[in-house]
Amino acid sequence: MNIIVCAKQVVDVSEMKFDSSTKKPILQGVSQKISDIDKNAMEEAIKIKDKHGGKITVLTVGPANAKERIKELLAMGADEGVLVVALDNIDYHMTATLLAEAVKKIGEYDMILCGEASVDLFSGQIGPRLAGLLKIPQITYAMKVTAEKNSVTAEQNMGKNVVTSESTYPALITVTKEINEPRLPSLMQILGAANKPINEYTAETLVKDVKPVVETIDLKGVSMERKNVIYKNDLDESVEQLVNSLAKEGVLGG
Amino acid sequence: MVLVYSDNKKLVFEMLNVAVELGKNTKKEVIAVIIGKSDESLAREYISYGADNVFIAETNFETFKAEEYTDILSKVVEETGADTILIGSNKNGKELSARLGGILNAGCVVDSNNIYIKDNNIFAERVVYSGNAIAILKFNSKPAIITIPPKAFDPLKKDEKRKGEITKKKIEAEKSQSKILKVQELKSEGVNVEDAEIIVSCGRGFKNKEDIKLVNDLADVLKGKTVGCSRPIAADLKWLSEDHWIGLSGHKVKPKLYIAAGISGQIQHIAGMRDSGIIVAINKDPEALIFKSADYGIVGDLYEVIPKLTAAVKEKMG
Ligand SMILES: Cc1cc2nc3c(=O)[nH]c(=O)nc-3n(C[C@H](O)[C@H](O)[C@H](O)COP(=O)(O)OP(=O)(O)OC[C@H]3O[C@@H](n4cnc5c(N)ncnc54)[C@H](O)[C@@H]3O)c2cc1C
Repeated sequence: MNIIVCAKQVVDVSEMKFDSSTKKPILQGVSQKISDIDKNAMEEAIKIKDKHGGKITVLTVGPANAKERIKELLAMGADEGVLVVALDNIDYHMTATLLAEAVKKIGEYDMILCGEASVDLFSGQIGPRLAGLLKIPQITYAMKVTAEKNSVTAEQNMGKNVVTSESTYPALITVTKEINEPRLPSLMQILGAANKPINEYTAETLVKDVKPVVETIDLKGVSMERKNVIYKNDLDESVEQLVNSLAKEGVLGG
Repeated sequence: MVLVYSDNKKLVFEMLNVAVELGKNTKKEVIAVIIGKSDESLAREYISYGADNVFIAETNFETFKAEEYTDILSKVVEETGADTILIGSNKNGKELSARLGGILNAGCVVDSNNIYIKDNNIFAERVVYSGNAIAILKFNSKPAIITIPPKAFDPLKKDEKRKGEITKKKIEAEKSQSKILKVQELKSEGVNVEDAEIIVSCGRGFKNKEDIKLVNDLADVLKGKTVGCSRPIAADLKWLSEDHWIGLSGHKVKPKLYIAAGISGQIQHIAGMRDSGIIVAINKDPEALIFKSADYGIVGDLYEVIPKLTAAVKEKMG
């Protein structure tokens, strides 16, 4: 079974700082990580490889420094990495186009696994876009995947319903965070990852002249101004003060 | 043309409001799309909520499958020459619009609640970075695909006298290599946190499943009767069903009062409740992040605070 796992390097949102006057996020200098749910996709790939054998390739479109992050996934259990180095301001259309071309370069594959969405922007576009470009079935929001030799079955969390779908190969599956618990690589695995290959391509060698169809013009800050009235002394007094405040705010029932 | 599609008719009613506005600004017609069996009464309803025309794409497919519906919708786009496509942002709608974007090489913005035209370009705004920023996005090409979440807009006033044309056409689509084996209802306790006016939420600060009763009691006296929770309570411990789950990957809520008990206030939880009117936090850790996002807070053990709060609210409200 040849599996491709698409993984994105994202800023760690919980470490983001904000400009005090404009409230805009400051993205420079924020630590980077592999988007959490992509690690779930990686974990699922390892489980499938454990059962059927084969090869796992991690595929990333991102800045040159994403190479370091790819090593984390090689340590988890991927066999090979592919990094398509692209400029900062690319949109989903460009990313998916580059991924599709890179997939064609990788060659034979049975399954592509992605996270349902990346934790920074949470659009969930890449999986379905890529499946569309490759003209293969997409099984989204999988919370359970059972891969057999000739077909794959998955339980999809579609909100109100759980839909069990089956597809032949090749197929693209996006997984939820609930599907599994990604493993932490051992020190040996981390050291071993250094010897695994990472192939790099530049965006231009894969696609000529691809332009963004959606441009990010600006990021507006969102102020979370709250009253921050915290009662921490005598409990009975605190409760009374709180209830009085809530009554004044007019939010108590009715 | 401005196309509007969702498998949820309420969402179509809401989106028609935006579609009519966009149509006015660009002098384009608004076409609501129905995929599946012909349903003229639904089509007339769409017209009464603002659609100029309704396009019924008749198919033999019984159930939604993104590959097939994308194929159908792309043919409707071609047929109608649509340059703006609004799709209801439920899970079906999101995977449909992204795949459509893929095969049409078109831009797509997911979950936008603000869409406008400036200098002949379509702009859409969406929340990013767990609610910490709003991205202003501009479409450079057509068609523009935008998904719109529930309750982002109110439907226009229904006008049964509005006239419009209904076009029916059989659309053939390529059958997918995947098939649906089973559809089961996800376990649910039938709560609707999105509509709730008052929500009392619980997190990992609760030690046992039975203790959730404390939250139920408080919600009851507040006449909110709605209990929410953080991700671990629904996803890991499964003490409550997923319809209670609030946050980035759960439900987005905006009650007038949100009480968070035993919830640390990680950004992914805040992302789901930051638009609430008044936020109250109960946490034993004075350093807990949740206090930064709260209007009022009590530092203390929830096992002591909640019963006292419940009694005090009961007394106050008589
Ligand atoms: C991709 C992604 C998506 C996510 N989506 C969501 C989401 O949609 N919703 C969500 O909620 N989370 C989400 N999370 C998880 C989130 O990061 C936090 O892990 C989660 O919100 C923590 O839940 P909690 O506050 O209940 O638990 P904890 O963080 O464990 O906090 C428990 C709190 O209870 C307090 N406490 C303990 N005992 C008591 C007591 N006796 N009295 C009073 N206080 C007490 C503690 O001080 C602590 O602050 C997501 C994470 C990721 C990576």
